[in-house]
Amino acid sequence: MSEAPLLNATAITKTYGSQIGCENISLDIHEGEVLAIVGESGSGKTTLLNCLAQRLPMTAGRVSYRMRDGTTRDLAGLTEAERRFLMRTDWGFVHQNPADGLRIRVSAGANIGERLMAIGDRHYGQIRETAHDWLSRVEIPGVRIDDRPTAFSGGMRQRLQIARNLVTNPRLVFMDEPTGGLDVSVQARLLDLLRGLVDQLALAAIVVTHDLAVARLLSHRMIVMKGGRVIETGLTDRVLDDPRHPYTQLLVASILEV
Amino acid sequence: MSERILLRLDNVSKSFTNHLRGAVHLPVVDKVGFDVAAGEIVILGGPSGVGKSSILRMIYGNYGIEFGKILMRSSLDSQFVDLAAVSPREVIALRRSTIGYVSQFLRAIPRVSAIDVVAQPLRERGTNADEARDLARALLTRLNLPKALFELPPATFSGGEKQRVNIARGFATSHPILLLDEPTASLDAENRAVVCAMIEEKRENGTAILGIFHDEEVRDRLGGRIVDVSTFSARKAAA
Repeated sequence: MSEAPLLNATAITKTYGSQIGCENISLDIHEGEVLAIVGESGSGKTTLLNCLAQRLPMTAGRVSYRMRDGTTRDLAGLTEAERRFLMRTDWGFVHQNPADGLRIRVSAGANIGERLMAIGDRHYGQIRETAHDWLSRVEIPGVRIDDRPTAFSGGMRQRLQIARNLVTNPRLVFMDEPTGGLDVSVQARLLDLLRGLVDQLALAAIVVTHDLAVARLLSHRMIVMKGGRVIETGLTDRVLDDPRHPYTQLLVASILEV
Repeated sequence: MSERILLRLDNVSKSFTNHLRGAVHLPVVDKVGFDVAAGEIVILGGPSGVGKSSILRMIYGNYGIEFGKILMRSSLDSQFVDLAAVSPREVIALRRSTIGYVSQFLRAIPRVSAIDVVAQPLRERGTNADEARDLARALLTRLNLPKALFELPPATFSGGEKQRVNIARGFATSHPILLLDEPTASLDAENRAVVCAMIEEKRENGTAILGIFHDEEVRDRLGGRIVDVSTFSARKAAA
């Protein structure tokens, strides 16, 4: 239990002028661990995710990451080239809206292949084969490899975005409301797929969601945010079944039971 | 006896504070203390609402506690760990290595078949996929679940069918401590007998078993030591 975390964030604060995005947040994530960040709209969860993923400059705080070579680096000290390489290989980022994470005008196969080419793969046949394999892993029929994402349903686009992210075998994936805009049945399929992939690949993931059922299904630990601060944290089922903070109790009590 | 203890609750107290109802304080149990040894069955007794299920949930780390220690160990020659004092990651590790739990109700996962629900905890403990599925199949067969249901997700199963999937899941692994929350509640006599036999086999193998059984027949057959939870009840005044 003492091994070093994959990612450590210390005292992260992000302000937008006088507005607080998130304030003084520290967390660790270990290999193979799924952390859910929950809270309502405006609670700062997406701001926190973007700060962790280096997509948004922090006002204060630091994020360090154990690189593939075993060295732990302060991410503020990476060169631009190192930062881009990290984001293209060892990290993934799954957006709520697949259009934000896909290149909508190129084929499904090219969407997956692009990340491979970015890390130096040049063999067309192999890239296509890998793309094909990943399409089947996310349950998209191989015959759709040359179709553009514009011809895909919302659920398929989201699965394609996941394939595009996972093709380089990242160790850490950031997800922002990955099941957000999907129908319930499509959501269930995606969740099951994500659960399976996280498990098989021993991925670490940080998942932002406002849906407590998604958090329960996917995550080991969770963080509850309100007004930019962390108000409760712990084992996912402990937080959901024995919530302490008044706001967490309100969230849990507000779930509709079927 | 004490050198055979795997689970010890020491002065454990738990209450809920409901902030949605003006911070109503609901005491559950107070100063709970008992031991469970390897190869022993201990039955939590007392009327409904006295806190029996809550005690199991505390031992599993699903409920937090205010005071006391929940000491457990994975074998007779290892050190005790206080579940109440460790990090969430360590609780997850203890669930993998030390504590098995059959909850009262199965939490169905969309699209995951009955057989995979049962195989999952085995796979988490390192059994390969085929072997885990074989073991799961054998357990579901023993519990008389119709074969046609094996590959279906349990969401639409009857109460008794879901419970048998849940039992198979809890019994598939060989955790040294096993918590059972009314595993026989919605079963017919035949399946009740199967579950009793499975519990007895666990006892023979040296598992420390802590359970809630409302059924007199089951209690008589298992013949475990009874710990009366009403002596720890903090609700006497509230009731």
